[in-house]
Amino acid sequence: MSARIVHPADFAEPGAPLAELPGHVSSGRLERVLRRGEFAVTAELSPPDSADPQDVYNRAAAFDGWVDSINATDGSGANCHMSSVAICALLTRVGYSPILQISCRDHNRIAIQGNVLGAAAMGVCNVLCLTGDGVQSGDHPEAKPVFDLDSISLLAVIKRMRDEQRFLSGRRITSPPRLFLGAAENPFAPPCDFRPLRLAKKVEAGAQFIQTQYCFDVPMLRDFMAKVREMGLDRQCFILAGVGPLPSARTARWMRANVPGVHIPDSVIARLEGAADQRAEGKRLCIDIIREVREIPGIAGVHVMAYRQEEYVAEIVHDSGILEGRAPWRRDLNGPSAPPG
Amino acid sequence: MTRGIRVPAAFEPAGKRPRRAGSFALRFWSVRHASLLERLYAAFERVLTASAPLLGWIGYERLERPVAAAERLVKGALFDCRMCGRCILSSTGMSCPMNCPKGMRNGPCGGVRPDGHCEIYAEMPCVWVEAWKGAQAMRGGGAIEQVQPPVDHRLKGRSSWLDVARGARSGSGTLPS
Repeated sequence: MSARIVHPADFAEPGAPLAELPGHVSSGRLERVLRRGEFAVTAELSPPDSADPQDVYNRAAAFDGWVDSINATDGSGANCHMSSVAICALLTRVGYSPILQISCRDHNRIAIQGNVLGAAAMGVCNVLCLTGDGVQSGDHPEAKPVFDLDSISLLAVIKRMRDEQRFLSGRRITSPPRLFLGAAENPFAPPCDFRPLRLAKKVEAGAQFIQTQYCFDVPMLRDFMAKVREMGLDRQCFILAGVGPLPSARTARWMRANVPGVHIPDSVIARLEGAADQRAEGKRLCIDIIREVREIPGIAGVHVMAYRQEEYVAEIVHDSGILEGRAPWRRDLNGPSAPPG
Repeated sequence: MTRGIRVPAAFEPAGKRPRRAGSFALRFWSVRHASLLERLYAAFERVLTASAPLLGWIGYERLERPVAAAERLVKGALFDCRMCGRCILSSTGMSCPMNCPKGMRNGPCGGVRPDGHCEIYAEMPCVWVEAWKGAQAMRGGGAIEQVQPPVDHRLKGRSSWLDVARGARSGSGTLPS
């Protein structure tokens, strides 16, 4: 291990929660990393279509020691998979720091608030509030879309649960969920001049960290961030830029046409097409983008979404050098005495 | 893309189809004339508030059905109103947010297509792209930045005009309602 910077206080036995530091809202490691001013790395775990917990652990193992937090998606693309709450519960059992994703598509306010309490009870410290894709884009287009809340009202509801110790109904919560609240933003979709204002709304509603949609257009992110800094939002929330490797020009074209909100410029597709090994080029492109976004003031980290290429995440994080010698928590280094210091 | 059965939006009443960009629909006219409608509704709001004693004398519950029917007719034509019962058109550039298949009341989702159309109904301009246009033409367009609470589903189908007259909700920034 070449890593030099380790925070032994961030290591603890699974099931033994870390202490909540002064000024923090959660006891989670993600909040610690971000508040220390370190460049954070999160990654998206694609949930299994199985009831076997080992499938979750195997997928998480690919990120072990390379990421600060793992996003467990909640029926992404409106497709049916193992639930986010269950994945998070499995991950906290062995010590990982998961981010619970909540989509408003499948649950109403009663179910969502119940899940928030349950997740917090299982040791989950981070929540990402999403509206969710329409049911029409998934494998059950005939399902009833719920959308009782939207991402912003969801943020406000959970913030109220945490800070005022009350459900949306006003009924009291005896032990509030201590959660670091996140939201998504897409700086690459119209109406572009509304996007920073929407971010401000999310911050006002309670968002403390933001994970963006895939960034393949760095100049566009720069413009967005300039506006965000002008509004002072970069000082009110931690913004993690979404990145990911494209396996081929063909997939890039498909994603652009079929995945809502993904913006891929022609130049990116041309670069992939011109490469002898498109997969390797996709990885290099991802690393280049990470290095570029890292230089944008106000970007506090990256969120790596490597769908079906999870095995490359470690390599991408390593080669881009964004951890700068820092060693995130690892499953095999449990306990405060274990990490090499 | 899959063809076949159309799944209605969360709030879509039977028989109402998503509006095509090219087709004539008053909804798009209303957004283009958001500034005019804003002034009209400000005047209407004053009338409603002024007539509160009269309405109270007649009885709000007795008025509920006829006024809700009139509201459905007028706002249905002008905005494709879905009668959510908690009208926020003045905060949404005169573009009814309940026409969004996700019923988003706080701004556009991240899936808006590059041409500004809905991620679910490719032929329909995004309700929030429209709202943003309308808000920029309105004097009180800044209200689009307010965080909106979730809908009270018990109010669905009820008149929000009467709510304003009753003073059940704050006037400016919330009308037409």
